[in-house]
Amino acid sequence: MTNIAGYRRPHPDTQPNHLHPPYVSSIKRAPTKPLVCMPHTLTEVTGPSFGSKSVDVKACDLTRQHSGEPLGERIIVSGRVLDENGRPVPHTLVEVWQANAAGRYVHKVDQHNAPLDPNFIGCGHILTDSEGRYRMVSIRPGAYPWGNHFNAWRPAHIHFSLFGPVFSTRLVTQMYFPGDPLIPFDPIFNCTADEKARNRLISLFDWDSTIPGNALGYRFDIILAGREATPWEEPRSNGGK
Amino acid sequence: MSLETTTSQTVGPYFALGLTRLNKSNLVGPGVSGEQVTITGRVIDGEGKPVPDAMLEIWQANSHGKYSHPEDTQDKPLEPGFQGYGRIPADADGKFSFITIKPGPVPGPDGRPQAPHIAVSVFARGLMRRLVTRIYFPDEAANAGDFVLNLVEPARRGTLIAKKTGGHSDTLEWNVILHGADETAFFDIGL
Repeated sequence: MTNIAGYRRPHPDTQPNHLHPPYVSSIKRAPTKPLVCMPHTLTEVTGPSFGSKSVDVKACDLTRQHSGEPLGERIIVSGRVLDENGRPVPHTLVEVWQANAAGRYVHKVDQHNAPLDPNFIGCGHILTDSEGRYRMVSIRPGAYPWGNHFNAWRPAHIHFSLFGPVFSTRLVTQMYFPGDPLIPFDPIFNCTADEKARNRLISLFDWDSTIPGNALGYRFDIILAGREATPWEEPRSNGGK
Repeated sequence: MSLETTTSQTVGPYFALGLTRLNKSNLVGPGVSGEQVTITGRVIDGEGKPVPDAMLEIWQANSHGKYSHPEDTQDKPLEPGFQGYGRIPADADGKFSFITIKPGPVPGPDGRPQAPHIAVSVFARGLMRRLVTRIYFPDEAANAGDFVLNLVEPARRGTLIAKKTGGHSDTLEWNVILHGADETAFFDIGL
């Protein structure tokens, strides 16, 4: 087997550094030593897949997991999963989780003094279709306070976890809502230096997916690493031997 | 057309809500061949404290050195009982444990075999992007010539090699130290 074409490395500053001191939890958890750059081998260009057998088609609707309707503003979040080359990523798993409309998670660690909603858990999953599209139904999550600094509040957000085709395309991110006044103050949102890259985490309000009399639509496209056209070249050692 | 990969964000403290469904700490299904191992350890922060809100994901080949993925075109057998995927959350003491088989060697650059290894992604509150590392096996002659292991400075290679516990090669210890003088070697593979 000859050398393998790997997946592209992100552009500088479009991804967060591990250490971002305004996000206090990163201070004692970020590595202090530079990461060891390595080429992609067969290990990095293969990865787990989760076919339709592992997916519950009803799990794309977070408002229908109980007998009653959850409280909150009903939303449709949809978009496409593409790679950097603009190609759709078909049949890939998207996992989502979020707070309820009051800003409370169904999680034992979340002690925010806001009510749980007996009709809302806040997790789901979707498999993209053959053209990389996904669509979920939910309610708009609430903002919530956290202990990072005085009077810290997270803007409303939905967590997304994607595998993509291989180990190197794994991505976990958060989607925000347009016009949220908390976004500019959020150290997690701000952890990425490149402003355009950061702003792409803010979904777009979308009339096309808005359902009259029922739910507001938001569009959020997700881009995963794309494949290089040519194999990685091993750097020559000194002397070019 | 050239787009930019979406910015990574932390999994935060509440990821168990969305990610528990695919937890898998026993990778070994029925009829799987190879040497079964239990790998146990802890995720530790820069103050030596356990990290309870962390999660590992595993990706590895089967005992023949074959990945369950179409990109692996090697003429080696697949086993339906072994997919090579695991997802293991840390517990309240930062501990994790999983059962797998020791993978066979897979090809590396220029077709040279790599030493048996397990690819690991570490996710946690406080990590804006995952940390990627590898687990190698003790008493493995191929470690000395492994291309990836040799990219790591010698003093840090030991952080990637699991240790036998109680003299048993089927019970290994491997820890993830996120930050500090003894921190685990992490790789840059892109994201």
